[in-house]
Formats: sequence, structure tokens, C-alpha cells
Amino acid sequence: MVNVVEAASFKTEAPRKRVLSEAVFGWLLIGPAMLFIAVIVAWPLAETVRLSFMEAGLGGEEYVGLANYEDLLESRKFHDTIVRTFYWMFLSVALKLILGLIGATLLNAAVPGRGLFRVLVMPPWVIPIAIGCIGWLWLYNGYFGILSGTMMSLGITDGPFEFLAYKQSAFYSAVVTDVWVGTPMVTLFFLAAMQGVPRDLYEAAYVDGASRWYRFRRITIPQIMPVIVSMSLLSAIFTFNSFEIIWILTEGGPRGATTTLIVDTYKTAISNFKFGEGSARAVVIVVLLGAFSLIYLFFLNKVNKYYGSGKK
Amino acid sequence: MMDRYTKLQMFGIYAAIMVFLIFILLPFFEMFMASLRPLEHLFRSPYQFWSDDFSFQAYSDMWVTVPLLGRYIMNSIFIASMVTGLTMIFVIPAAYAYARLDFPFKNLTLGVFLGVNMFTGAVLLIPLYRVLRTMGLLNTYWAMIVPGVAFLIPTGIWLLRSYLEKIPRELEEAAYVDGASRMYTLRRVVLPLATPGLIVVGVAVFIGAYAQQFLFAITFNQKRELQPLPAGLFEFIGYQDVTWNQMMAAALVGVLPVMVIFLFLQKYLVAGLTAGAVKE
Repeated sequence: MVNVVEAASFKTEAPRKRVLSEAVFGWLLIGPAMLFIAVIVAWPLAETVRLSFMEAGLGGEEYVGLANYEDLLESRKFHDTIVRTFYWMFLSVALKLILGLIGATLLNAAVPGRGLFRVLVMPPWVIPIAIGCIGWLWLYNGYFGILSGTMMSLGITDGPFEFLAYKQSAFYSAVVTDVWVGTPMVTLFFLAAMQGVPRDLYEAAYVDGASRWYRFRRITIPQIMPVIVSMSLLSAIFTFNSFEIIWILTEGGPRGATTTLIVDTYKTAISNFKFGEGSARAVVIVVLLGAFSLIYLFFLNKVNKYYGSGKK
Repeated sequence: MMDRYTKLQMFGIYAAIMVFLIFILLPFFEMFMASLRPLEHLFRSPYQFWSDDFSFQAYSDMWVTVPLLGRYIMNSIFIASMVTGLTMIFVIPAAYAYARLDFPFKNLTLGVFLGVNMFTGAVLLIPLYRVLRTMGLLNTYWAMIVPGVAFLIPTGIWLLRSYLEKIPRELEEAAYVDGASRMYTLRRVVLPLATPGLIVVGVAVFIGAYAQQFLFAITFNQKRELQPLPAGLFEFIGYQDVTWNQMMAAALVGVLPVMVIFLFLQKYLVAGLTAGAVKE
């Protein structure tokens, strides 16, 4: 198709005249990707919304209106899950940002060997999460893991401590693993941003006698602020959606202590075949994430305006 | 002058870097140590940091315990390669369009693409399951390839677009002046110039594709012989006594392909991936 159109117009029109209009060509180029996303993401998304008004299982579907949502609103357990999910997200993202900032600052320091250190930070980002989690599964083991072993030999605990067996410790263990998965990416983006800060800014401040801490606070942080803000949004979305880590470590247990929205959705829909109720949960996730992202993007825009004004 | 540190500061920086790296590398260290311990030693309590019976036995036994292990690793590589190839076919034209052309709803559609990043497969699993079933793709390689492609297209477009924007426009304009068609220009002028960028994005997509297989595999595929490694690894747990040391060994061998690729290309990869973070 494309070639015929081109060939035909090629002969009749002057060479400088563009053969296909930009609008048509642009849409021809993004068309296949758009179509693919439409079939594999957009349509299922619409299906999810439709299913959320259904009582659906392996047997069939029946329209039930808002019943699934009403059940969710009334459910104390679901309320707890939402609170837990946001707590999980804020805690994990905050830790990732703090660790990422510290890590990037360290890796940005002009010390010998930093090239090697930069490479050594990356593996958790590169390998499949499921495989990294196998390592953590072992670390958290009370009898054979090094963490419990170290605690015992230091006398912190008397006997083996199963990190994943208690509600509190399982939750925070999952947070640590999630932070472990997410920190390398945050660190590298912060590092890249720090390397992009013009050197003369630091030199001017240095000449004026500004301390390192002052330069960090007054130059580095404001200069990389747009990256900090966009990374926190990205991390927040990843963390909110983080499924594999929890699934492999605890499957949402013990007694629901690590059940976030996404795990709850998976359990309801895939493990228990309650497609309708699962879909209602999925819609709640989409709405919450959408609202959160919009607020955030609005905020990001402001930050970019504020901090971007001094730069070209 | 500005970058000079005192001995004490140097020591502090190295110490802090060490702590940071221990956190990052501890699971790998632990996996490696566990893979070296004979099974009966593994379950010794209290915990022993060191012992004299370390061996690489698990690295040869694992192929016997889970006979399909080699198949799983090949499956992983195959699925990731297919995902990468297909993703690039969709991404290259789209990224070019966003980098160079002006067309109606450009920003809106780009926003839609990036919005896809907001959903993980987990939200869409239910209808996706039905879509794949309708298409008859459940329990085939395609069940793991097709969703994988969809979730990597947005990232791919984003990365390649920022690379293409850096290629000077003049060359394309020269081609137009000489009467080349748009398609010809894209194929013969832009793509050769963009080869380094294509490689970076391709490798990034491959790594992503290798990493994301678990969820799609456990949900859309029941056939053991098609399972990719991250899902297949859990087969070690299915046996009467869990051969943890072999599981660790298999996990480490399984990440080898991506780690090797990554180590060779890490410089370009990091630069390519973080390009958006740096103001020019």
C-alpha cells in the first residue's frame, strides 16, 4: 500500500514536495504499535471495567450492577488493604529515594574505583525479580539464612528467627526486598542527573567558601529536583504495582499482613476465579493510580517551572 | 582542589560505599554460598558462616534433579528474544514518528503509550486471560510473548525517541532534497545512523523481557516444557525434599545470560537509559 502511494506520487510531484503528508505518515508509523496496545491493553482494560459490574466466574456472567463495589466499600478487610498498600508505597518509595540519593552521592564522589562500584550496584535492576527473590527467601530463612544466623551469633535473638512468619516482620522484610529491587534504578538516575549539573556552579560556590554540605543542599538538590520528583512518581507506580516480590516471599501472608491491592486482586481473580470481584479491585487500582499520577504530574509541572527557570 | 578529600573522608566514603554494596550484593552472595553447600550441610543449625565441605556438586546435579532446566533457560532466552524482535518492529517506526514528525494527537497518543506503564500485567490479567484464550494462545509461547511485547512498547518508544532526537535533521533533509521518499529515508538514512541507539534500546528491552516472564508464565502457561526459567526454578520446591542448593545454583546460572550481556554493554546502557535525566 504505502509503496504504491509513494511511487505514484513520486513521479508526478516535484522532488522537494514531501511525498506523504506528515499527518498520514505519522499515523502510519504509530498505527501498528497503537493497534497492538489497543488489543492487549486498552480492550482488556475496558473488559475489566465491564466485568466489574458482573458476577463472573468460570461458569458464566451475570449483571449485578454496583454490588461488587458496594461489597468492597463495606469490607473492613479491603479498607485495611488500601491503607496497607499506601503505607507500603510511601515507606518503600521514601527509602528508595533516600538510599538512592545517598548511593548516588557516594558513587559521584571522586574516589578511585568508582567505575567498578557503579557496575556493582546494578545487578538487582538487571536480573529477573523472581530470581532475586529466591535469594531473599533464603536470607530470611530462620534456620539457614545468614541474617538470622548473624543475629544469633551476635546474641540479638536466642533462637532462629523466621522473618517471614510474623505479621510485622514479614511486612518490613517485603519492604526491604522491594527497596533492594528499586534502589539501583533510582541511584543511577540520580547519579546521571548529578553528573549533568554544570561544574562551574560548584566551583563558584567553592571559591566563595561554601562547604560540601552547603553545596549539596543548595546546588545539587535543586538542580536534580526534577529528576527526584519524576523518579518518585515512577517508583511509586512500580511499588504500588509490585507483585512478584510479595507473591514469592509471602503470597500476601501471614494472615494478610503483606496483602497489597495488587496481591488481593490476583488472589481474588486468578486464585479464586472470582473474575467480577477481582475486576472491581483492578478498577479501584486504576482509579487510585490515575488520580495519584495526575496530582503528581501537576506537581511535577510546578517543580519543573520553578527549578527549570534558571537553566537554558 | 574542590574534589580533594582528607584521608578520613576517603575512609568514610569507602566505608559507606561498602555498606551500600553489601546491601545490594548480599542476596547474590548468599545464593552463591548456599549453592556451594552440600544439601545436608545446608540444613545445619545453628548457622555456620564457613565450613570445609564446599563444592560445586550442585551445579552438575541440578540438571539431573530438574531434567528440563536446560530447556527452561533456552525458553527464557527464546521468549525474551522474540519479545525483543517484535517490540522493536513496533517501536522503531513509532519512535521515529514521535521524534521527527508532526501529526494530529501526537502528544495525546504519546501520553496514552506512557500511561500503559501505569498498569502492570497484574491488573489486566483477567481479561487478558480471556483474550489469549479466545485467540487460542493459552499454553503456548505466544501467551508469554504477546503481553510481554505490549508492556515493553511504551518504554521502547520513550528510549528510542530520545535517541533519535539527537540525530541531526540535516541528513534527512538532504535526502528529501534528493527526492528520496519518507520510507526510504527512514530505512536508508535514519536507521543506519541510529544503530547504536537501536542496540541500546534492544538490549534494554531484552533485559526487561527476560525479567518480566514470571507473572505471565505462572498465569497463562501450564505446559511445563514451555516454562521460562523464573517459573521453572520453583520446580525445585515441588520435590519431596527441596534441593535448595541446586535451586540457588540454577538461579545463578539462569541470570548469567543477562549479566554477561549487561556487563559488556553496561556503559552504553546506563547512558541510554538515563538520557532523560540529564539536561543537555
